[in-house]
Amino acid sequence: MTTYLRSLASEFAKVFQTRLWWLLAIILVGYVGTAAGGIALAFAFAPEAMSAPGAGLPVGDALAPLVYSMASATGFVFPVILGAISVTSEVRHRTLTTTFTAIPRRGIVLAGKATVGLVMGAMLGVLAFVASVGLGALALGLGDIDTRLGESDIWAMIARGVLAMALWGFVGVGLGVMVPSQIGSIVAILAFTQFIEPLVRLAGGLIEPLGEVVKFLPGASGDALVGASFYTLMGGAGIELEWWQGALLLAGYGLLFLLIGRATFWRRDVT
Amino acid sequence: MTGSPILFDRVSKNFGEVAAVVDLDFAVQPGRVTGFLGPNGAGKTTSLRILLGLVAASAGTATIGGDAYLRLRHPMRSVGSTLEVSFHPGLTGRGHLRVVTAATGIDRSRVDAVLEQVGMSEHADRRIGGYSMGMRQRLGLATALLGDPGVLVLDEPINGLDPEGIRWIRGLLRTLADEGRTILLSSHLLTEVQQTVDDVVVIASGRQRYVGPLAALGASTGPATVVDAADRRALAAVLTLEGHEPVIGPDGLTVTGLDPDAVGRLALAAGIPLRALGARSGGLEDDFLALVSEPDAPDAPAEEVAP
Repeated sequence: MTTYLRSLASEFAKVFQTRLWWLLAIILVGYVGTAAGGIALAFAFAPEAMSAPGAGLPVGDALAPLVYSMASATGFVFPVILGAISVTSEVRHRTLTTTFTAIPRRGIVLAGKATVGLVMGAMLGVLAFVASVGLGALALGLGDIDTRLGESDIWAMIARGVLAMALWGFVGVGLGVMVPSQIGSIVAILAFTQFIEPLVRLAGGLIEPLGEVVKFLPGASGDALVGASFYTLMGGAGIELEWWQGALLLAGYGLLFLLIGRATFWRRDVT
Repeated sequence: MTGSPILFDRVSKNFGEVAAVVDLDFAVQPGRVTGFLGPNGAGKTTSLRILLGLVAASAGTATIGGDAYLRLRHPMRSVGSTLEVSFHPGLTGRGHLRVVTAATGIDRSRVDAVLEQVGMSEHADRRIGGYSMGMRQRLGLATALLGDPGVLVLDEPINGLDPEGIRWIRGLLRTLADEGRTILLSSHLLTEVQQTVDDVVVIASGRQRYVGPLAALGASTGPATVVDAADRRALAAVLTLEGHEPVIGPDGLTVTGLDPDAVGRLALAAGIPLRALGARSGGLEDDFLALVSEPDAPDAPAEEVAP
């Protein structure tokens, strides 16, 4: 237990004494804030015809959760990257030697990293929702649309969004130890989250058998957990899992990646 | 402060088909500086990584005071090491040391103490990305000293130091050994550590070639003599006739296996007037090179390093 707490303290020290976390935080806040504010404005001032019933676009009450959830729907890749880099930077800078001589029990080092991935993910989540709710509500207000910030449903969704971001940080650590090359893992993250999964999910909306599988993909699990998704707008497969099923599935992905990495790269000789 | 002995007990390591280290079997004693010498690629770093539990041995065990590194209760307070002078470039020197104290539970007051000890206090708050090789070496040494350990394992600690730094580290290692600590440092140059080490372990192609006091290293290949005469050809003929293999160099003939007395007597008996005769100087380096360049020499008998 002591060793685990020390591993945790040392992993936090690594994160907070380097610049990456706040660089990512600044970009995340800017990105999510712009996206949430922009979408809120676009719909608030959309021409009548676009928001007419039957056009399939969210109107009125459906708009606020969509705008706020931009924090996790577009920002989830940030905690994944931070988590993955906590492992891959040790490979890139050849610091595993020092890390493992300080704490020779490698499983405990990995547990420390996974925990820090969760906590940093939650922290980025809080920042992202501050940006999306702040700028989103402002824009909705300008368009005279109900911000719904007095409703507990909305705050429950925001809490689930923060949980999703935390789990994404955990998934990132698993991904980093499974694909320890820094470039390799970042390319994998970007290719999968920005290209492969979105395409498959769009296709899943059109091809029925595929739709059954698509809801179990990591991104779809995350959306199920938060309970609102941009993909529902784009005609992709909707949300079919319960929020807690999405949470378990996302955690399961993280755990699976961690175990694969633990059994392969993490136990190899450090040469 | 009494360090624990380091023991390599028939340690071998294969990387796939390649035998990186074969049957290493030696002890390193406290209170002495032991040089771990061999050319690049001889298996020095692999051996040290096995000792620190970073690489799993294919056979045998390497222990510190009888325990494998992985089983030490307080690894960095027992053994300080620098195997890699690599750090996260975005950390400051002080930040790096704080990461290590957090990981090991070593008191944070040690950070300033070791920075002072290695002369890095004024650079401590700069990012490591801007450090020179010499500064990285000093920071690596500071990391090793953090836990005030009884055993120090240092891989090429002199590499990249300027002459003043080399003099400084020699003094430091001597002081640490005199305090009773066990010190094992690797180098690919005998001359680099010749003035520092008491004992040496020489390895080449993954096999140990010599284990023992530095002073006795020359004895392992026997004496050597440099001799010169006006008539070099006649002198060479006499030596060859006696079964020796003189090598002609700029200063005359070098004969291994004979001391100057014996060479002088042979020349006298043959009536050849000599113009120079003496024991070969700088022989230690030559002996070292001879040891490591023998392609498939049988293992040198493994003597215990005298405490």
